[in-house]
Amino acid sequence: MGKTLFDKVWDAHVVEEIPGGPHVLYIDKHLVHEVTSPVAFLGLDNRGIKTFRPQNTVATPDHNIPTINQDQPIKDKLSRMQVDKLTENTTRHGITLYGLNHPYQGVVHVIGPELGITQPGMTIVCGDSHTATHGAFGSVAFGIGTSEVEMVLATQCIMQPKPKKMLIRVNGKLGNGVTSKDLILYIISKISASGGTGYFIEYAGDAFTSLSMEGRMTVCNMSIECGARGGLIAPDETTFNYLKGKEFAPKGEEWNKKLTYWKTLYSDKDATFDKVLTFDAADIEPQITYGTNPGMGMGITQKVPVQDDITYKKALDYMKVQAGKSILDTPVDYVFVGSCTNGRIEDLRQFTEAVKGKKKAENVTVWIVPGSKQVEKQAIAEGLDKVLQSAGIALRQPGCSACLAMNDDKVPEGKLAVATSNRNFEGRQGPGSRTMLASPLTAAAVAIAGKIVDPRNFI
Amino acid sequence: MSIDKFVTIKTSCVPLAIENVDTDQIIPARFLKATERKGFGDNLFRDWRYDAANNPIASFPLNNPKYSGKILAGGKNFGSGSSREHAAWAIYDHGFKVVVSSFFADIFKNNALNNGLLPVQVSEKFLQELFIEIEKNPKVEIEVNLEKQIIQITSTGTKETFDINPYKKECMLKGYDDIDYLLNIKDKIEAYEKKVNN
Repeated sequence: MGKTLFDKVWDAHVVEEIPGGPHVLYIDKHLVHEVTSPVAFLGLDNRGIKTFRPQNTVATPDHNIPTINQDQPIKDKLSRMQVDKLTENTTRHGITLYGLNHPYQGVVHVIGPELGITQPGMTIVCGDSHTATHGAFGSVAFGIGTSEVEMVLATQCIMQPKPKKMLIRVNGKLGNGVTSKDLILYIISKISASGGTGYFIEYAGDAFTSLSMEGRMTVCNMSIECGARGGLIAPDETTFNYLKGKEFAPKGEEWNKKLTYWKTLYSDKDATFDKVLTFDAADIEPQITYGTNPGMGMGITQKVPVQDDITYKKALDYMKVQAGKSILDTPVDYVFVGSCTNGRIEDLRQFTEAVKGKKKAENVTVWIVPGSKQVEKQAIAEGLDKVLQSAGIALRQPGCSACLAMNDDKVPEGKLAVATSNRNFEGRQGPGSRTMLASPLTAAAVAIAGKIVDPRNFI
Repeated sequence: MSIDKFVTIKTSCVPLAIENVDTDQIIPARFLKATERKGFGDNLFRDWRYDAANNPIASFPLNNPKYSGKILAGGKNFGSGSSREHAAWAIYDHGFKVVVSSFFADIFKNNALNNGLLPVQVSEKFLQELFIEIEKNPKVEIEVNLEKQIIQITSTGTKETFDINPYKKECMLKGYDDIDYLLNIKDKIEAYEKKVNN
């Protein structure tokens, strides 16, 4: 019987199958950041052991760091200590660190792909649920807890039960003003915030294959928001063209050897999935969330659904939206463009193009946060910062920023933000903050209008 | 290094009858800045337990003196969102040994098991009955027997079996952790590396 893409990659990394138990899975690449790693390093110290394969781990600080004045010491003492701890731990363990102000520093899921660290057929983990991003290259990539970070550091392996497999096929072409972000928000709204739990998703169909690598990353990134550990897309010419020449991508003869292998990474025609879902790209309009989990999303012109249960009503009360009503024209206080979901150069270009020659609304504070130093450099080289400046918007410095508000980029209590990040949980962007998730294009239209608007009327 | 053993428990239960309790609620991101594993229990459900002025919110179950016990029961899709193990640490550190729900997010479930916190997945019917029984009598005792994989509401006698991976069950019963296991098969891991690199 044929194998799925997921089976091919997973099975090639099984060191041992424990009868009635999990698989011992070998990890090719391990990404580390400052928040979920210190206790893991402490665990190694307590056991008196060193990192087993330091060359397979790469670290960068991203969650805690300020997005202005990065040349100065971090003001928040606890954040500074955590970032310093990462430097100390990685130095002691011989792990490569792209520290603050290093030209390769950035959000861990942005730098992996842009440096060519992420490659097809790999197993990739990180103590961060958005590790799913790297599945865009046809790798098996997923988030892990700190105990598992310690396992990878100690043995380059983790123990995992093999997940079930789901195929999500979307055929057709995305409409004008509809982006990869809308595509994944649409899918999550259809299958709910828990519809993918227990599964690994493969995305197939021309709605995905026609996307750029960055668009595919946005899709795979949010697999966790429907509960799936990860999502992946079979590598193709788009993938190979993206990777070729990247800093850590294979070169010369090694490239040819790898390419031959990568071309075998697809689901066989007779492979079977535990669940198959099909959607039509033509049904998708620009999306926006109205509730407090990413499954509570809808087309931007739709009315908020009516549902009679406590959890649902609690969410609408928190968001101050009304069931049965449209959210168009709702005034917005903050716009955030950035994160591992939408902090790449194409996202910044899309936003900048849409605000070009216009002014941001006076009632809106706009934060544009590049996903990495390289994205920041590219944006400046293309003059995006100047265009933004003319619109009354500043380009900040790279980091996770207001996606989870561990640094000072916090949306104040009660204020409403339209964000291109991945989670609209209560207080996610700061205690009492309210978040509506959308694409960079929608964020641009909102920044100009100062209220929720359909981006199709702006392009 | 090891986890605390878990065999059986009989205790009252704190109900949290809300669905999709995400890890940002269990422990908000701004409390993840520690470099050691301690004190997370103080900030468990911080923004649901305390208002902006740090006063306890009386209506939240953890602040309600009528509820107590070492079992936390939450609605469907408990532990969704971020992979932060701090969520499992905070619940455990607060004194809970078991979390009951009709559905758990994958990463949370793994993190709980790796810390000796037992996730018990029950049917929606059982969960709703549990919430009703707790409302009738907040001191009602719940018994969880890991060896037999049974959870029982003692007042009604209603019981249900729950699933757990046999390997993980053994780890919980004996207090073993995965790292010990992996460190013991280093030779196999090295043999795998050799095979792949040839």
